[in-house]
Amino acid sequence: MAEPETIGELLSERGISRRGLLKYAAYLASLMALPPWQSNAIADALAAARRQSVIWLSFQECTGCTESLTRSFSPTLENLIFNLISLDYHETLQAVSGEAAEQARRSAMRDNKGKYIVVVDGSVPTRDGGVYGTVAGQSMLQILNDTAAGAKALIAVGTCAAFGGIPHAQPDPTGAVPLTSLIKDKPIINISGCPPIPEAMAGTIAYLITFGRLPDLDHLNRPKSLFGNTIHDRCYRRSFYDKGLFAKSFDDEGARRGWCLYELGCKGPVTYNSCATLKWNGGVSFPIQSGHGCLGCSEPNFWDKGGFYHPLSTPTGHPTAAVGAAAVAGIGVGAVSALLARRAKREATSTGEKP
Amino acid sequence: MTLLDFARGPALAVSFAVFTFGVAWRVLFLVLLPWSRDRSVARGSAPSAVVGAVRGFARHLWPRKAFAGAARFTTVNGYVMHFGLAIAFFGFAPHILFLQSVFGVHWPNLPSGLVSVASVVTLVSLVLALGHRFVSPVLRLISTANDYFSWFVTALPVVSGLMAVSHLWAPYETLLAVHLLSVALLLIWFPFGKLMHAFLVFVTRSETAIHYSRRGTVL
Repeated sequence: MAEPETIGELLSERGISRRGLLKYAAYLASLMALPPWQSNAIADALAAARRQSVIWLSFQECTGCTESLTRSFSPTLENLIFNLISLDYHETLQAVSGEAAEQARRSAMRDNKGKYIVVVDGSVPTRDGGVYGTVAGQSMLQILNDTAAGAKALIAVGTCAAFGGIPHAQPDPTGAVPLTSLIKDKPIINISGCPPIPEAMAGTIAYLITFGRLPDLDHLNRPKSLFGNTIHDRCYRRSFYDKGLFAKSFDDEGARRGWCLYELGCKGPVTYNSCATLKWNGGVSFPIQSGHGCLGCSEPNFWDKGGFYHPLSTPTGHPTAAVGAAAVAGIGVGAVSALLARRAKREATSTGEKP
Repeated sequence: MTLLDFARGPALAVSFAVFTFGVAWRVLFLVLLPWSRDRSVARGSAPSAVVGAVRGFARHLWPRKAFAGAARFTTVNGYVMHFGLAIAFFGFAPHILFLQSVFGVHWPNLPSGLVSVASVVTLVSLVLALGHRFVSPVLRLISTANDYFSWFVTALPVVSGLMAVSHLWAPYETLLAVHLLSVALLLIWFPFGKLMHAFLVFVTRSETAIHYSRRGTVL
């Protein structure tokens, strides 16, 4: 039996009706902040489109991003996205295939030159020539450069790929860097988060396939539709912040009443993501709803911002030694100045001058 | 490093150090200066230096009737500004967290709405004070760059704080960074400008009160 040519054919072969596709298109339009009438256009474009070749590279990462996408609580949505793409290579999922998987990557690169999308999760180790991360005998740095050369666009999935993430955190022993530090001649979309929201990944890939162009991005290359607002702005606990009602500990009366977690170190006011609206596990909850403050995981260097449990209004450093030294210096300068003044007075008195 | 990282880290650390250095220097220098001994004979009715200082300080909290008209605006506006500033600084939850992280002590916060009202009142009061300084010929004559810059570094944290709380015109992280940087600027300027009156007002008023009470003058 011949392989389906278009996504529409594939979906009908798998028993997904036109109504199902329209519902999914409407969901995507809403997710990507598009006008409602775009949902029909999305459905038509998706049905007529050929499956997008995708090469998924996993570098310095914990597999959380892949787990987030593949083990989502709403598998129908993510299954649908896998129907939209031709996942020609995925280092983690195909690990057991060995050389055959590498061959599949090279074939996909050759057959779809200039058309395939590279999805990367994990940062890239660059120190000492990139020897701290290798796959099939090649450094991750080399694999990225080779694979990105013929790509249409790259999607950095997760904070490690987008901003360096945890491998980049101090002391950064491997010289971990994000995609944007290495690839300068290709469009890059960052879907940050640790892990990113599955719907954010799925929506962005679907947008690329549907419209053949990048969505509107913010200054950190993130889709504005998903990263346009802070967690704080959309948080259901915001009214408690405005009233000045804060939980003081994770088990006090305020915490039980659902008061704001700002004092417990919540980074929601400076974190841009859709957790408060899309939520997780099929819209069941998100960290703040579960009683823990936002860690700010979709922002650059979130690991090195002074501690997850330190409120935003507090200093990140403890300059006790510097302040102590400044006090001693101040006392010293003050004492010497006063002694000089005393001596000047004594000399003036002894010579009969008016002090 | 983002602007907020810089503000929360190096900027505050340096400003704390400069503030501590400056205050230690100026206070110790003042205490150790070769003060002239008061050789006048104390009146029989003169209270001790401590009592005289406390009485004089208390008496200076409100102007005498003869000066009430002229000094009414300055006095009332000064109290409004200082109390408003104190409510905003010591009553707002994020400020208490800031102070707790530095000094280790904390207390219950006031409702954010009340703090916002106090901040707006403080800002209005600061604007009125500046206007009065411009309008009054005497004040304008004796005003120096020190006065205007001290006003500026006091008003800036109030304005930036209100903007940060209200999320006005810029992202919160930018507003918070600007607010913290404005506090850093205030701390750096504090020991070297007119803001040092927060410490020296006790010294100067007490010294004046002791001087007069020793001579039997009731302030």
